[in-house]
Parts: sequence; C-alpha cells; structure tokens
Amino acid sequence: MSNVYNLKREVEKPVRFTGGHRLCAGCGAGVVVAGVLRALDKEDRAVVVNATSCLEVSTFMYPYTAYMDSYIHSAFENSAATCAGVEAAYNALKRRGKVEGTVKFITFAGDGGTYDIGFQSLSGAMERGHDMVYVCYDNEAYMNTGIQRSSSTPRFARTTTTPIGSVQPGKKQNKKDLTEILVAHNIPYIAQTAPIGNFRDLHTKSHNAIYTEGPCFLNVLAPCPRGWDYPMARLAQIIQLAVDTCVWPLYEVEAGVWRLTYIPKKKLPVEDFLRPQGRFRHMFQKGNEWMIEEAQAYVDQKWERLLERTGA
Amino acid sequence: MSSPLSGNEAVAYAMKQINPDVMGAFPITPSTEIPEYFAQYVANGEVDTEYVTVESEHSSMSVCIAAQAAGARAISATSSCGLALMYELLYVAASCRLPITLACVNRALSGPININHDYSDSMGARDSGWIQIYAENNQEAYDNFIMAMPVGEIPSVRLPVMTCMDGFITSHAVENIELLETDAVRRFIGEYRPENYLLKKENPLAVGPYDVSPYYMEHKVLEAEAMKAAKARILEVAAEFEKISGRHYGLFEEYKMEDAELVLVLIGSTAGTAKAAVDKLREDGVKAGLVKIRVFRPFPGEELARALAGTRAVAVMDKSEGFSANGGPLFAETRSALYDLKERPYTIDIVYGLGGRDIRVEDFEKIFSRLANIAQTGEIGPVYTHMGQRSKEETV
Ligand SMILES: Cc1ncc(C[n+]2csc(CCOP(=O)(O)OP(=O)(O)O)c2C)c(N)n1
Ligand code: SF4
Ligand SMILES: [Mg+2]
Repeated sequence: MSNVYNLKREVEKPVRFTGGHRLCAGCGAGVVVAGVLRALDKEDRAVVVNATSCLEVSTFMYPYTAYMDSYIHSAFENSAATCAGVEAAYNALKRRGKVEGTVKFITFAGDGGTYDIGFQSLSGAMERGHDMVYVCYDNEAYMNTGIQRSSSTPRFARTTTTPIGSVQPGKKQNKKDLTEILVAHNIPYIAQTAPIGNFRDLHTKSHNAIYTEGPCFLNVLAPCPRGWDYPMARLAQIIQLAVDTCVWPLYEVEAGVWRLTYIPKKKLPVEDFLRPQGRFRHMFQKGNEWMIEEAQAYVDQKWERLLERTGA
Repeated sequence: MSSPLSGNEAVAYAMKQINPDVMGAFPITPSTEIPEYFAQYVANGEVDTEYVTVESEHSSMSVCIAAQAAGARAISATSSCGLALMYELLYVAASCRLPITLACVNRALSGPININHDYSDSMGARDSGWIQIYAENNQEAYDNFIMAMPVGEIPSVRLPVMTCMDGFITSHAVENIELLETDAVRRFIGEYRPENYLLKKENPLAVGPYDVSPYYMEHKVLEAEAMKAAKARILEVAAEFEKISGRHYGLFEEYKMEDAELVLVLIGSTAGTAKAAVDKLREDGVKAGLVKIRVFRPFPGEELARALAGTRAVAVMDKSEGFSANGGPLFAETRSALYDLKERPYTIDIVYGLGGRDIRVEDFEKIFSRLANIAQTGEIGPVYTHMGQRSKEETV
C-alpha cells in the first residue's frame, strides 16, 4: 500500500466511529474523532477514552455506543489517568501472556477537560511516559454545560460566564497556550492541527501520534456552531479562516524539533475569522475597534514567535 | 510462619503474595509505607506488577478503575485526604462494578489537618458502593486484604472492596502475626477471569455511559442487590479462609455476648482496650459484652439485631462525628437495626477518639457504669455525647 495520503482510500476503511450519535449537526468534535480514528491501521485495535463532555454524552448514551473499538469514560477530570490505567493493564497483561496483538490507547477530551480540570491528570500521564495519545478537541469553552468560558476561550469572546456588559468586553484573558505547555513536557510528539481541506494534516499527525512510542499530544481545533454562534454549514470555512488568519497555526514538535506544517499563502486579518461568529459580534461595534487591534496584535506576536521557533 | 510486622508491612506483604497486575501509588500518612514497601518488591523483581506512580490519589483511583475495566487486577492504598480526593471515583468504581481492592489506613479527615486515627475518612465513603471491612489488629489487616478479592470479584458481587485498619495504632505498631505461604495465597485468590473487559479481543466493550432515566435506576438496583449478595459471600470466603488459616471471621465478632446485658458496639483496634474492660467487669460479676463490627458495608443489620436481642443497654462507640446532629454513623446503623426487635435495649451513642485521642480501660468502665445505671433506672439521659473532651470532666 502506498504511503501517500489518499482521502478516498482512507474513508473506505471500516468505520470506527459510527453515525447516529447525538452531536449537533455541524459539530467539529465528531469530525475530529472520526479523522483521528481513521489514522489507525486497519489491523490494530484501540481502546478509546473520553472525558465527560459534549462528545461523551452524545456518543455513548446507554445503551448505544458510536465506537466500534473498546471504550471507557470515567469522569471529566481524569481522562489522561484513565488512559494511563488501560495502558498499564495492557503492559501487565501482555507481560503475563494474557492479551494478544497491538492495542492503541487514544483519549479524547474537550478543552475544559484538558486545559482546566484535567490538566494535572494530563501532565502526570505525559510525564510518566505512558504509550498513549491524548487528543484535545478544542472548541474554546465548556459547551456541554452551556457555553461557559475555559482557559482556552480567547480574549473578548462572549460566553455565559463572560457576558458582554457595559463594563466588561467578554473574556478578559488571553487563551492559554496549552500546546506550548505540552512541548515543555519533552514528550516525543506534539502537534496542533485541524480538520481542514482533505484532512491530510489531521490524518498525518494522528498517524504520527498513534505510531510514535510514548506519550503524544494533539490539540485539534473543533469549532462549535452553537457556542461560537455561526451557521452550522460553515464549519469548514471557519476552520480555514482560523488557520489562514494564524489564529490557529498548524505545527508539530517532534523530538524537540519545531516544524510549521501549513503557511497561509496570504495571512488574512484576524477580523475575517472574528466577523462570522456571534461570540465576537460586539468587537465590531463602534468604539470597540481597539479590541480588534489588540486581538490582531496578539495573534501577530504569537505567529512571529512561532516562525522563529520553527525557523520558517 | 510467625513474623513481627507492622500493619502496613503486613498488608504490603499480602499485596506481594497476590502480585496484582496494576498498583496505583501515592503517599499519604499513615498509609505511605504500603506503596514504599511495594516499590521495593518491584525494584527487587519480587513482583511484576505495573506500578504506576501517579501524581495524586485522584489519578491513582482513576488508574485502578481503568486497569480493572481493562481486565487487570488493580490495587491501591490511601488514607484520609487521599480517600477524600478519590470521592467521585469511588462511586465510578462501584457503579462500573469493578472489584478494585483498596487498603484504607484510617486517619482523621481535615480540617484542621490531623494525621492520627479516626474513621472520618472511610465513613464519608460509606455510601459509595464499596464493601468495607475493618481490622482490629495487624493479623486481621493481613487476613482481610487476602479475603478481599475473592469477595469482590465473584460475579454475583463484583464490587470494590476497602479493607480498613487504624492509622498508626495498627499500621505502625509491630505485632507477631501468622503469614500464609505465598502458594496458598495464590491458590486462595485464584486467577482473575472477568467475563468482559476492554482488552478482550473477541468482544469490544464500552464502559461508563451517559445513563438515561429509563435505565439508570435499574443499574442502581443491580448495584444494591450486589451489596446485599456480598454478605453471604463474605461469610463463604471467611469459611474457606478458615480452612487454610485456622482463623475464624464473621460479619462481626461477639465477645462474651452469651449472657451479656450491658454491651458495647464498636469498630477496630479499640476492641482490644474494650475487651480488657469487659474482662475486668466480668470479674466483678457485671454481665458486660462487646460486639466488634468487622463488616460495615454491607451492614449486618439483622445479624446485629439478633446478637443484641436480650441485652439491656447498648453503648455504640463512634470514632467519627458525622455531623448529623443525631449521632455518629455506627449509631445510626445500629439503632436502626434494633428497631425491629420486639424488645429493644436502651441505646446511647458515644463519640470518642477523634483525631487520635486515646481511650483507656477506665473510660470503658465509666461507660459500663453508665449503662448499668440506664438499665436500672430506664433513664437514658443524653442520647449522644462526646467523650474525653478537655473542657468537661464528666460524664460519658
Ligand atoms: C467534576 C465535574 N465538574 C463539572 C462537571 C460538569 N461538566 C460536564 S462536561 C463540562 C464541560 C465540558 O467542557 P469541555 O471539556 O470543553 O468539552 P465540551 O463539552 O466543550 O466539548 C462540565 C463543566 C462534571 N461532569 N464533573
Ligand atoms: S454544543 Fe457545540 S460542541 Fe456540543 S455537540 Fe453541539 S456543536 Fe458540538
Ligand atoms: Mg469545550
């Protein structure tokens, strides 16, 4: 089989994440999960782990599961430790001749379950070196409980706990750069990606993460039409804008070496990404131009730093 | 084989003999020595357990849940704040019906922070769906840990088991105890063969759903039925254990109860002191007796009522407060169990020993004299009191 990526061939593989789940139409999370799981080699088994989230409550509602592989959900804040526990069991049982074949361990958690409440569990699991992949599907808020801010929510965004009022312009703080924090863990492979175009970026990075020994981390942008307040049919366009404005750069860090995997042909202004989303609507009101300026300055500064690091 | 071991070392030794698949390890006084001893067994190659040195007890229990669901035998040890940090996961473990074994070395739960013994940690977990078995001494701590897996793993039960011992008093004091041969322990606990597990090749499994109202209650009832079934299983396992050890265990121990009129109901190492008091009073012709609860979950309500039927006055000794404003947790269970008796003994609750405060033989003598007075006059006085406070000369 050729190693060249071919979407048509990939989607012909037996499906591991089935339809019929209850995620909203146009939800980025389902696209991410399907895309990551497709990167598993056909003959390999996986155990999928979920943190409590939109994804979990929509894909394993008793008695129906959307996963063809084994699956475990335990709680909101412990999906990394849960994955570590399955991996530990695998090592023990393998040593004792009680399991056969290759099994891969993949966690999916939202940004709340990753940047915030599950952060300790994640950091611990990465430091210990379990052979697992942790995938954060980042929709930049606690969506399952009704769009509350997380430390991943970008500055100025409107959420139900960072509303717009006469003295408050939405969220006050910038988004935490979790991907960089994971880089500081010195794990073998870290990537930031998104399901754009023919999914090559997501696929290749998922495959790398799954088939690199040791703890690997993927941060994947997964827009939420409800929380971001844009028409659900625009998922692909919103992701493309996030990438082309450099709000969500695509890069990877393998064995300490940084590499940009996508450079926009033309770097678009941040307002192109902000404008279609209701959560940023107030930024376009008269008198709030400074918000857009500051948002742009922040993105530019982050992007410059990334260019330096990647030597691009 | 008789060996001088602390309670912690005895339990760690039982763990070594069992050689479980996975252990989650995190330090907290007074249970810290258990993962320390075990780490040395790992380092020496005496066990081939996957020893996971997590960053918190929360992750320790999370690892155990996942490992057990994956088809492994998982264990851990903790105390006090560590158990409290596991709180949510204790419920997850029980409701997923995962027979994890946890050595709980009891210690007062903050705040203020205190490292000494009482039961406020495990009593806070009493409604989590875990079986709870308490030890009086090092021998029982060792024996209970070995009996835990055959109790929890049987399909009719499939519940996690917490074996509890008193922090410092039992965990750190060295006593001569009888150890079983490792082969005998392995035979006794057998192989762990779950019917379904995550790593089973033929049949993928999904664990931990979002459960909807049309099913949730059925699942909770199954869990409740399992806890009921555990009672008979605990006795069955104890009978098997007696065959290999010669040591007899029940749901509780009755001490001088045949004709007892004035009785203490209590848990753990306090029984040693209380038995000395009972002996002393018996010499003076007082019909004193004692019931030491071994199994708190499932609670042996009917059996306890039978044991206390015909007694005249009972003092329940609670070594945790509970803050119900209506007595401690052991009192609530005991008094409720007595309700169905046609003729009930008078019952009082004495909360004692919080944060490691000592109780002496003389204290028990005072309690028995109060019971004698209650039996004679029918006047109970305050139903629920705290014993041994600095501010009060009292009164028990
Ligand atoms: C300990 C705990 N705290 C709070 C919750 C409630 N809760 C469930 S999901 C969730 C938000 C999930 O946010 P995120 O991880 O970003 O996933 P999303 O739903 O946005 O996809 C919250 C707050 C919980 N289940 N457990
Ligand atoms: S609320 Fe958002 S994240 Fe949740 S299912 Fe709907 S689209 Fe997806
Ligand atoms: Mg989210």
